[in-house]
Amino acid sequence: MPGRKLLMTFDVTGTSHTLADYRARGGYATLEKVLREMTPGDVTKEVTASGIQGRGGAAFPAGRKWQVVQLRDGQPHYLCANADEGEPGTFKDRWILENAPHLLLESMLIAAYALEVRHAFVYIRGEFDLPYRRLAGAIEEARAAGILDAPLFGTEFSCDIIAHRGAGSYVCGEASGLLTSLEGKRGYPRNRPPRLTVRGLYQRPTVVNNVETLSNIVGILANGAAAFKAVGTAKNPGTRLISISGHVEKPGVYEIEIGYPWRKFIDEDCGGVQNGAALKCVIPGGISTKVLTAEDIASLTLDTESVEGAGSSLGSGGMIVIAEGTCMVRLLQVMLRFYHHESCGQCTPCREGMGWMHRIIDRIVAGEGRPEDLDQMLRISRMNDGTTICGMGDAAGYATVGILAKYRDEFDYWIEHKRSRHDGNLECRRSS
Amino acid sequence: MTADRDLPLAEFDALRARYPQGFESSLVLPCLRRIQELRGFVPDSDIDALAGYLSVPRVQIEEVLSFYTQFKREGVGRWHLMVCRNVSCSMRGAERVLDQLSQRLGIAEGETTPDGRFTLSTVECLGSCGTAPVVMVNDAYHENVSVEALDAFLARFS
Repeated sequence: MPGRKLLMTFDVTGTSHTLADYRARGGYATLEKVLREMTPGDVTKEVTASGIQGRGGAAFPAGRKWQVVQLRDGQPHYLCANADEGEPGTFKDRWILENAPHLLLESMLIAAYALEVRHAFVYIRGEFDLPYRRLAGAIEEARAAGILDAPLFGTEFSCDIIAHRGAGSYVCGEASGLLTSLEGKRGYPRNRPPRLTVRGLYQRPTVVNNVETLSNIVGILANGAAAFKAVGTAKNPGTRLISISGHVEKPGVYEIEIGYPWRKFIDEDCGGVQNGAALKCVIPGGISTKVLTAEDIASLTLDTESVEGAGSSLGSGGMIVIAEGTCMVRLLQVMLRFYHHESCGQCTPCREGMGWMHRIIDRIVAGEGRPEDLDQMLRISRMNDGTTICGMGDAAGYATVGILAKYRDEFDYWIEHKRSRHDGNLECRRSS
Repeated sequence: MTADRDLPLAEFDALRARYPQGFESSLVLPCLRRIQELRGFVPDSDIDALAGYLSVPRVQIEEVLSFYTQFKREGVGRWHLMVCRNVSCSMRGAERVLDQLSQRLGIAEGETTPDGRFTLSTVECLGSCGTAPVVMVNDAYHENVSVEALDAFLARFS
């Protein structure tokens, strides 16, 4: 088992997502304790002291985000859980939505109390069917039980939570694009400053946190910041939900204690590479994070400093295992087709650059690549870096630069020989 | 019971009451989703009606419809097969699944079978990478789809 657990602490059964089961596990007791014993400021202090970093990809300290919101400033504040899980390779928030929706709701109510929020939202991607039904069911249970939209435990505090469904758009997972979408428009990201915590949903102070980040709030308040910091590493406390997929024997969602050895996780906890093949490389946290080779990760641990020290990031926790013999040219082609498809079109470098890169890689795969194509892709990646409103242009660049830095020879080979060195293979061919 | 051409206004009113005051614009996506559930796609006539009901510009609804991939402007087959072809699914056989579905149904991506039974599409990551390859059929995810058992898979949709 990959270390201590904070979230996957119960057996998943046919009823473990219900209010009755959640209450039997001690659910909503922390909310009551917080409302009776703590001020909103105390809650934010505790969350800040826990040092929890955002689990959606950017690893921004959640407490620092909350601290920006000015209490009693005479305007409504909003809270939004980002459940638009769409970074390819990532499917861990889905586990929470399907199996522990009340943990998310209780956490959100504690956050809403700290941030003086009367209306909170869960923005959930439109394709998620079962996760939405589980979440909507939990919200109805909580309303019927007087937990939502009703004064709680003799205090004046009450908050409603609304499940709001997207309709298919990657860029809406970016916090500002998410809020624009929640306003009923195209999900265009916004320039910052002003920060969303100053001017967010309908120009009001808004905190957007990832589902997993929020779901840790109950535990932090139940056991205290010190107990949370005792798990994980000194700079990167807690656990992470890692969703692992690709060429791996036992794909799925695993909770790891931050700092757990990487190879041990793949080889022992996840059953190793598919069909006993050798490991070629790993995409650490969603396809927007730079690929690391088997050699790169040999002695690394799963925590922010370790992975960033190797030039990549744990990102969204969406880990993709890639076996020896996989064609990296075709892999990049799949990625660039995706980024081209998802560019929202607001910023010229991304809108045009994604199309250029996609066409170049298609040309290479069609056997019509030119020697200057690779440098051209690197130039476009550099041009995108930091020149667009959101990070999507940067992300596509990281993915491209990352793969070209490690596997340029495969691209040179295809351009020269007009075919893949690995038969264009994306599936793991080695039979067991 | 409302007539087929009318918007389900009682449902929309209930939704409106749930959101904070002044959030009419936020109802564009939920209302369009509901219209599509009822009709199978979003017809032009509903755009005008919804713009009027929510007091939002007509163009806002047009923009939303063209931006989000799940909205449809015309009908599709009874079963809409959406094959994820992103990284993890491709690594687990999605390209062969798509190829085989296309061959068996005799249609290319984006087309509908002449009997109106199936429409075949590709989509990007559905967040189901651990159970790849995944094919979304109408609203439901079908996970760990086997290339070897596609006949049995298709037989489930009559």
